[in-house]
Amino acid sequence: MNKNVGIVIVSHSPDVARGTADMVRQMVGDDVPLAWCGGNPDGGLGTSVPDILAAIDRAWSERGVAVLVDLGGAETNSEMAIEMLPEERAGRVLLCNAPIVEGAVMAGTEASAGSSLEDVRRTAEELRPA
Amino acid sequence: MTGGAAMNGQNHRSILMRHEVGLHARPSVKLTKLAKTFRSRIDLALSADGPWIDAKSIVKVMATKAPKDTVLHFRAEGDDADDALSALVGLVERDFDDGD
Repeated sequence: MNKNVGIVIVSHSPDVARGTADMVRQMVGDDVPLAWCGGNPDGGLGTSVPDILAAIDRAWSERGVAVLVDLGGAETNSEMAIEMLPEERAGRVLLCNAPIVEGAVMAGTEASAGSSLEDVRRTAEELRPA
Repeated sequence: MTGGAAMNGQNHRSILMRHEVGLHARPSVKLTKLAKTFRSRIDLALSADGPWIDAKSIVKVMATKAPKDTVLHFRAEGDDADDALSALVGLVERDFDDGD
């Protein structure tokens, strides 16, 4: 159970986040803990720190969690959420500097093989314009 | 259509990929995930002369963008190399089990 690194997808748009998660599920399978969040409480575009923390909790794995984000606020709010993690989870959640959809599929594929959190992030970040 | 040879202690097999979409995203993920289940070092090339890439790297496998009717070459080195090559060739033969 949860022997693989988890993946969290954070987008300003719940549709983008849900769709990205669908792609990971369909392409990689169910052996990776996966959660997504997106949108603000009013139903508009945005991200929220409590939602990100809750998503990290849903995708939690003792091996760690890799977070994929889209733009600006998604990144800063995810950084804030990571800083607010309880002490026993500190250092086991990493933000990936990668495109959200492609990065999530790459990270999910790497995670499904039982790779470490650092390797999962490296694979997601390997996919960058030359 | 498969071919095999042992070269320099490595096992080598090739297979014609007939899958309609070629080595696109979903087939790449399946191939990489399967390769990662073996301990052997496994390389993939679109030509017997290389260049060889790490078949366990999803980014590199997807970047090959190999189209339908490409011959995929696999080489493996390690204690489960034979099993790895059989499994990978089998996956390509079955059109990556698409439709499941």
